[in-house]
Amino acid sequence: MLEWLKQPWPWYVAGPLIGLTVPTLLILGNKSFGISSSLRHVCAACLPAKIPFFQYNWKKEVWNLVFVLGIFLGGVLAAWLLSNPDPMVVHPNLQAEMAGYGITDYSGLVPTEVFNWPALLTPRGFIMMVAGGFLVGFGTRYAGGCTSGHAIMGISNLQMPSVIATCCFMAGGFIMANLILPFILSL
Amino acid sequence: MSTTNTFVQNQEPKVHDTDFEVRALDTMCVSDTEIKEPWYGNLKYLVIGVLFGIVFVKAEIISWFRIQEMFRLQSFHMYGVIGSAIAVGMLSIFLIKKFNIKTIHGEKIEFHDKKFNKGQIYGGLLFGLGWAITGACPGPLFAQIGTGATAVVVTLLSAIAGTWVYGRFREKLPH
Repeated sequence: MLEWLKQPWPWYVAGPLIGLTVPTLLILGNKSFGISSSLRHVCAACLPAKIPFFQYNWKKEVWNLVFVLGIFLGGVLAAWLLSNPDPMVVHPNLQAEMAGYGITDYSGLVPTEVFNWPALLTPRGFIMMVAGGFLVGFGTRYAGGCTSGHAIMGISNLQMPSVIATCCFMAGGFIMANLILPFILSL
Repeated sequence: MSTTNTFVQNQEPKVHDTDFEVRALDTMCVSDTEIKEPWYGNLKYLVIGVLFGIVFVKAEIISWFRIQEMFRLQSFHMYGVIGSAIAVGMLSIFLIKKFNIKTIHGEKIEFHDKKFNKGQIYGGLLFGLGWAITGACPGPLFAQIGTGATAVVVTLLSAIAGTWVYGRFREKLPH
């Protein structure tokens, strides 16, 4: 059983489990599934700076901060107790492309050659961590939600704006991964 | 939790509780309950978060490499995850509406319609660019840090900064 759990889980196990989060949160406490708002609640709680967008009852949304704390702890537990001893298996074309950028370590879920503390002082590391993170935070709030709030909760509730937002997420991702990221990774 | 309204009034006497505005702008991630639960009621969400984080890691959803494969059409994995999650979510919401299922506290479950604005296009594209760079949407950032990729703390702080800058300049942006 434990050996089976340590293997990478297939999509048809993970996807439905993530989908079940939607009714679970609704039935437990009338909560709409979504994660990017946690970033907004942090702003509202720590640095509202009289900005109207951050003047709201964030304490009512503490559940969302507890939820993301749980995601962090889940990451700790999975890496500690259930980690896969083998390196990740990725598509050979991706592996060949990444080798060209000096990325060869598949032991972790993020490439250690790119995402590490000393790399912050390099152009590549700075763009990937600081600029990339900024785009995630700015873009999700501008769009009014992220993959969980729009793609999963929004589309599940048949919201056309969420379909539009999700298409734009994908378009942005395709543009970056295929047209821009090769230059950033070559820095 | 019960002091929330007085908190807003005490701290910012001239600012009204803008919950209505919050919902008008983005109806995601909101609590619709009127029930005041004690603090330990939030432990439920901690447990769900932990299970969710474990799925994130074990299905390699938080893997930068899986995201790169998705955007290069080299793997079906992420499409399968997101697609089946939507299918299960859609069926669940259909059943909740059809059978008028209540919360465990007996409350009616609330749904909000989203209004279209241009932010969903501009913001969506910007988030997509960031998603392919960092290999993470907001949820996976927390799980990546949990697995020991500590430098991702910088990415998370930068994402919080991005959210703040959006809030600061929201009125000047096209919506």
